[in-house]
Amino acid sequence: MATSSLLLLLADGRFPAGAHAHSGGLEAAVAAGRVTDLASLEAFLAGRLATAGLVGAAFAAAAHRAMTSAGPAVRGSTLALLDAELDARTAAPALRTVSRRQGRALLRAGRAIWPAASFDDLPCTPGGAHQPLVLGLLCAAAGLSRAETATVAAHGTVTGAASAGVRLLGLDPYQVQALLVGLASRCDGTAAEAARAADDPPERLPAAAAPLADIHAEAHATWEVRLFAS
Amino acid sequence: MRAHARLVARADGRGGTVLAELRGETPLLLRQTPGDGRVVTVYVVGGAAGPLAGDDLRLEIDVGPGAAVRVHTVAASVALPGRPDVVSRMTVDAVVHDGGVLHWLPEQLVVAAGCAHVAESRVELAAGARLTWRDEVICGRYGEAPGAAVVHTRVDYDGRPLLRQSLAVGPGAPGWAGPAVLGGAPATGSLLVVDPSRPAEPATVEGTLARLPLAGGPATLWSATAPDAHTLRAHLGDAALAEVTA
Repeated sequence: MATSSLLLLLADGRFPAGAHAHSGGLEAAVAAGRVTDLASLEAFLAGRLATAGLVGAAFAAAAHRAMTSAGPAVRGSTLALLDAELDARTAAPALRTVSRRQGRALLRAGRAIWPAASFDDLPCTPGGAHQPLVLGLLCAAAGLSRAETATVAAHGTVTGAASAGVRLLGLDPYQVQALLVGLASRCDGTAAEAARAADDPPERLPAAAAPLADIHAEAHATWEVRLFAS
Repeated sequence: MRAHARLVARADGRGGTVLAELRGETPLLLRQTPGDGRVVTVYVVGGAAGPLAGDDLRLEIDVGPGAAVRVHTVAASVALPGRPDVVSRMTVDAVVHDGGVLHWLPEQLVVAAGCAHVAESRVELAAGARLTWRDEVICGRYGEAPGAAVVHTRVDYDGRPLLRQSLAVGPGAPGWAGPAVLGGAPATGSLLVVDPSRPAEPATVEGTLARLPLAGGPATLWSATAPDAHTLRAHLGDAALAEVTA
């Protein structure tokens, strides 16, 4: 059984997987003049939670489900299918690359921390498995529940962008934290929806799309100088 | 209203296409228009206003090996409110076999105030099939806040997932108008082009139009937001299509 401390460790931005280097698309949204203040940051976080947050949490939960409910023989094929399904939900190549890069960073941490866990069930996709799948396996290795796994994933999609907002816009960190507190129940609701959805067949998992997320990611990828990796 | 329409196209063996089946029901009527015989053109003619909440419309398309079909609609569909607590639903199920070609180029979906609409498209492409698939969503009539709409698109190529997208706008879709999703743009859409004979292209972005090569097959998605329907069509219309058919 997982302890509360393990849940907090996995959800912590200081977990050594490089999350602090990513702004979740916020840097490009700021550069485009779409996020300028607390109110527009709040709208950004709400939209990101309902799209990338829901999808990422559902895939983390589905990967967790594959590790905890599926027989060892089908784990690998289920995870490979989830990886392909997540590719189909990630139209922008820049976002696919970022997700796989974050997956690799998370996997390095996971292998070092839980050397006995069966990370070899992950598909050998070029570039590594997508981040939500790796997160699902890490949470399973830590003994977290599916609902906790979805919470860690949903939480991560907003906290990373929020702290990037403090750096990019020079916003008051207290007020940004208050935004996150205000979003907490919606974050929990998203996680609960994602955890439920994980029982659906992979093709029916959430696919909430955000046209600007794709557009921002591709624009950001062309920059020569940037503060964040994505 | 419930309606079911079906379109089945087959190669005629002489380089052309014939419609083996073409049937519809009000408000989902299908009309073939004269063409050169190589590509069959069919218009979906709305036989009533709507879709209205409570409507359940379903169109099936089956394009056989070597057949080519182009589907248009005569006018934008305007999703409107109707019976309370129910949604209007438009489902398109398309299958394109090896060597078949489907161009799905309907007019825009206008999400009128107070509507509750679900559009669901499922497309199965065999290896060697070609597709152009355009979806355009206009959030509200002029100066109007939209109702709730979700546009689900699910495309498989050669038995593998190619594209899964659910775009939700209006009440019930948190942050949809915000800077993470549409950034206040009232028009958004995409054009999916699947063509095994086209060389893979790099991603590009210009303003709020992105060209995105997909991972799961020989496919490119143009994705855009725009200040109005005309600008959106300029992004996803003739220019992109000319590039595709060139």
